[in-house]
Amino acid sequence: MSIKFAVIVFPGSNCDHDAYHAAKHVLGHEAEFIWHKETSLKGADVVILPGGFSYGDYLRTGAIAQFSPVMTAVREFAATGGPLLGICNGFQVLCETRLLPGALLRNKDLKFHCEHVRVRVEQTDTPFTARASVGQVLNLPIAHGEGNYFADEATLTALESSRRIIFRYCDAEGRVTDSANPNGSLRNIAGICSEGRNVVGLMPHPERACESPLGSEDGLVLFDSVVSSLAARGALTA
Amino acid sequence: MKARVFVTLKPSVFDPQGRAITESLHSMSYAGVSDVRQGKYFELELAADSAAAAKALAAEVADKVLANPVIESYRIEIDE
Repeated sequence: MSIKFAVIVFPGSNCDHDAYHAAKHVLGHEAEFIWHKETSLKGADVVILPGGFSYGDYLRTGAIAQFSPVMTAVREFAATGGPLLGICNGFQVLCETRLLPGALLRNKDLKFHCEHVRVRVEQTDTPFTARASVGQVLNLPIAHGEGNYFADEATLTALESSRRIIFRYCDAEGRVTDSANPNGSLRNIAGICSEGRNVVGLMPHPERACESPLGSEDGLVLFDSVVSSLAARGALTA
Repeated sequence: MKARVFVTLKPSVFDPQGRAITESLHSMSYAGVSDVRQGKYFELELAADSAAAAKALAAEVADKVLANPVIESYRIEIDE
């Protein structure tokens, strides 16, 4: 049984190989790079928008990638309930595309943060957290200058009431504190999901935390979750 | 026809770059500068028959591309 991951490659993507490696070599599933000028996702079961600096972060992070030809197919995939994960720059692209609400601003302290942080899993009814437990603390790396999640009060209230905040920055004990917030994100938000819950975006890099030599295997749970979710839907190809 | 588009962060959005510039100016003894907000400025060359058409075209690209309405607003000036 194998599922097919599509990793979208924009000019300036630089975590595309990390995502491909995690899906193909660590999990042992199929993975394919899809260049941003393609118009088909080639039958993918899961789509990943990887980290990096698409279009050099020109204009705003993720702003220009939203107009790439492949994004039409990505929007259709999301609209039909396909599991779509945006990591770091991929999260920024999802916000610019309006597949997720809000925006990612310059880090509050203006510094580029490249470090391991802790995030708490808030909800498990998404395809990417189904195998996690509520309150589980994950050790994941971040590497971004613009990860400061912003949305207006009405949007934040709606996200809370519809349980769409999926990950929050926390300390090692799972406490959501200001000092555990690396970038100034409102309500310590590290990741959210769409109304349909199938589109998830987060700033930390689960794909870089799937093997112990890299310092953490905590990112595996996102990949295991989507495999289980698809298996439950009977979407696996034999 | 030329359009100038000024994109600024909405007042409710914290601007860490503007804050850093303000603090720097204060450390240079410019106490009279109480706040700085950083924005973006675009010059567009437009093929349009009238100022109204130019403004409409500039507004369309500002809405779609130049500004992110979640965090930014914009103002347009047309040079005839």
